[in-house]
Amino acid sequence: MKHFADLFEALDQTTKTTAKVGALAGYFARATTEDRLWTMALLSHKRPRRTVTTTLLRTWAAEEANLPLWLFEESYHIVGDLAEAIALVLPKPEGQSTKSLSEWINIIRSLKDETDEVKRETITKAWSVLNHQERFVFNKLITGGFRIGVSQKLMTRALAQATGLDENIIAQRLMGNWTPDETTFERLLFEEKPEDKLSRPYPFYLAYALDLDPTSLGPVADWQVERKWDGIRGQVIIRESHLFVWSRGEELVTDRFPEFEMLAESFPKGVVIDGEILPWKEGNPLPFQLLQTRIGRKKLSKKALETAPVILMAYDLLEYDGDDYRSHPLETRREKLVAVVNEVNCDALKLSPLVKTEDWLALNEERKKSRAHHCEGFMLKRKDSIYKQGRKKGDWWKWKIDPLTIDAVMLYAQQGHGRRANLFTDYTFAVWDGDNLVPFAKAYSGLTDGEFKEITRFVRQHTLDRYGPVRAVKPQLVFELAFEGIQRSTRHKSGVALRFPRMLRWRKDKKASEANSLVDLKGMLDLYG
Amino acid sequence: MPLIEFKKEGLYVPAADVYIDPWRRVRKALITHGHSDHARWGHQQYICSHHSKPIIKHRLGDINVHGVAYGEELSVNGVKFTFFPAGHIVGSAQIRVEHQGEVWVVSGDYKTEDDGISGTFSPIKCHTFITECTFGLPIYTWVPQQQVFDKINHWWSTNQANGVTSILMGYSLGKAQRLLAGIDASIGPIYTHGAVEQMNAVIKTAGIPLPPTKYLNKEVTEKELAGSLVITPQGATRSTWMKRFGQVSLANASGWMQLRGARRRGGADRGFVLSDHADWQGLNDAITATGAETVYATHGYTNVFKQWLDSRGLDARVVQTKFEGELSEENSVESSQSDKLPSDE
Ligand SMILES: [Zn+2]
Ligand SMILES: [Zn+2]
Repeated sequence: MKHFADLFEALDQTTKTTAKVGALAGYFARATTEDRLWTMALLSHKRPRRTVTTTLLRTWAAEEANLPLWLFEESYHIVGDLAEAIALVLPKPEGQSTKSLSEWINIIRSLKDETDEVKRETITKAWSVLNHQERFVFNKLITGGFRIGVSQKLMTRALAQATGLDENIIAQRLMGNWTPDETTFERLLFEEKPEDKLSRPYPFYLAYALDLDPTSLGPVADWQVERKWDGIRGQVIIRESHLFVWSRGEELVTDRFPEFEMLAESFPKGVVIDGEILPWKEGNPLPFQLLQTRIGRKKLSKKALETAPVILMAYDLLEYDGDDYRSHPLETRREKLVAVVNEVNCDALKLSPLVKTEDWLALNEERKKSRAHHCEGFMLKRKDSIYKQGRKKGDWWKWKIDPLTIDAVMLYAQQGHGRRANLFTDYTFAVWDGDNLVPFAKAYSGLTDGEFKEITRFVRQHTLDRYGPVRAVKPQLVFELAFEGIQRSTRHKSGVALRFPRMLRWRKDKKASEANSLVDLKGMLDLYG
Repeated sequence: MPLIEFKKEGLYVPAADVYIDPWRRVRKALITHGHSDHARWGHQQYICSHHSKPIIKHRLGDINVHGVAYGEELSVNGVKFTFFPAGHIVGSAQIRVEHQGEVWVVSGDYKTEDDGISGTFSPIKCHTFITECTFGLPIYTWVPQQQVFDKINHWWSTNQANGVTSILMGYSLGKAQRLLAGIDASIGPIYTHGAVEQMNAVIKTAGIPLPPTKYLNKEVTEKELAGSLVITPQGATRSTWMKRFGQVSLANASGWMQLRGARRRGGADRGFVLSDHADWQGLNDAITATGAETVYATHGYTNVFKQWLDSRGLDARVVQTKFEGELSEENSVESSQSDKLPSDE
């Protein structure tokens, strides 16, 4: 475990990509094959099945640390991470351990059918022989959620360095549904298996937000313009009468979307379509939140199927007749895609419509109307572009609409979690309703650390009241909030709910009385809701 | 009438008509230590420890200040005041207040581990203890300082071997001197930012020995800086001042670095957990050792800490103060300007 804990610490201590890849490559070169495989699994967000509930972990940690449970919970709230909070409060270890990462994982997994007593005994014994960093990692193995700032791409690069294999080949082989139980390091990376091939998706090509003047992109005729839909990016794979649906998170979600079942028999030799999974009814997209009812629950209910039917808005064709189509120019792929969609004639498969335009100026005007189409803006794709993998600049761009904005007064402040535990970073904002301030949104991002520090001083000196961790502050500071959408809501006092609210800037030039009003908000609701 | 009242001006001792660490202008102020949230501008008379005197004068300019020795009894209207070391920064004191057999102690900021330059904290028996609790949560337990300095020394030596300049950030009053006193100065040259250099000079006049440092003026070249250690307040690293360096490794030394999230914030490469405040164990031990039945908590997670003390059978209360703990200490380069205090830059 020490090696892995050291790796974790080394990755945590640097923000430099080369240093991260170096640390990873060094680790992969040294570690046992079992540990390598598990490390790859963990970095790909595949963790061992949970065998101990977090409730039990919390109780035992509080008991071991000799703390009342409420105090442990308060501490956990401040830390923001259970694994770390436990590691921090536990008493000093009594011994050391030489067990490897995979050995500890197997111990954790062996607890599946054990009694709570046995689980407790095993876990507390482990805590007593692990140092702080090892405990943190051990707890993470149980609770999941390793966030180390290592993307799939960095891991792939490190593996390429350590094994000498080609980066793209590794990326391909790591995609999909493997688990450390069903494969080995050798098999996963060095062996090509036919049944894997059947379900294997292609790495997604992702676009950056447009950060330059669109006219600098050259003639508008060189570009394919589509609307940017707000759903889940997905890949539908049809091979040898099998259907697979992958989400961008590289999860197989086929059983969540029976709408696509009928496609299985449509193309015997293999077709792969890249698109956006959208909840859709009567020719229009439904609110994004409805998709949660389709993927968030364990069992797919009949009601969810009826209230949130989905479609795939087809963007691109990656495979046709079993051939990898990605190196064909977009124009060719689009032509084929049109033919495919027309041929299957399935209600759940729609062709992403193209936006026709004469020039960039007209296109920009059209972009501003995106909200009326329930879209977030445009996607610009160069007509001769091949389908690359990962996030790349140049050929594909997201050209989003500007967010909606409103000036609001800060009413409440709360301390942040984790990296901002000592600062007041979570605020509740209000607008005027006559002489009253009505809270309508919460936001916690968009400011610099310096600004958060300055506001924290203000909060401490202008606290009117405390409700647990929340402080009511003198309504004095004004912020410009940005948000992507607005909807009617019966759950909120203000009657509106915002999508992705965040602080655009601190309006030091404005007095509280100059903030916007509920009438202004309602006006936006009528326009864009 | 309680011995100490909590008024809008600050902690007030009515029987003696004096204030302790007041945040509004008063006639007579007893000052626990030189940090800006405790020693504020505008009082008619200041009384503090001998070691604090030059620090407060440096920060606040031409003021009327009287120094007392640790352990020396000062009588005002029959109320006896005594300053004892608080171990927080050079000159820091806890103030014991006694009147008609009743004893209160105001801790100011304190730490229980002896850093070699700030005096040795030891708990004082009292009926009522007004304690800070900046790090009053069980997640904040410090490892012995030598372990932290070993890590810092190792980080510096490694950087040096790679020709990288090590930049260590900490408040110019307190943390900077503690770092200097604890670090292995034989590794290489140590440069200081102007604010730190000035404060060091003041502290040396108080008779505290510090290893030799060089002021990082404009003449120092990038080549000279390679492999050296630079000690600077946090605010400085955002400015153009940083542009002069070649390859650097940036580190923070603070109690807040205990949390992984805080270490990752702000882009510093390393975070060393080194605080001038008592940790969870230190706070609890100190409170127990005072024998106080009533405890007032200031600074930090006061509500949680109060509830914890209550559960241990003490009569604990929260006091609203304008003390801000380590946060403001780290911030002081920026905040001293907004407060219109003489800047310590
Ligand atoms: Zn202080
Ligand atoms: Zn303080």
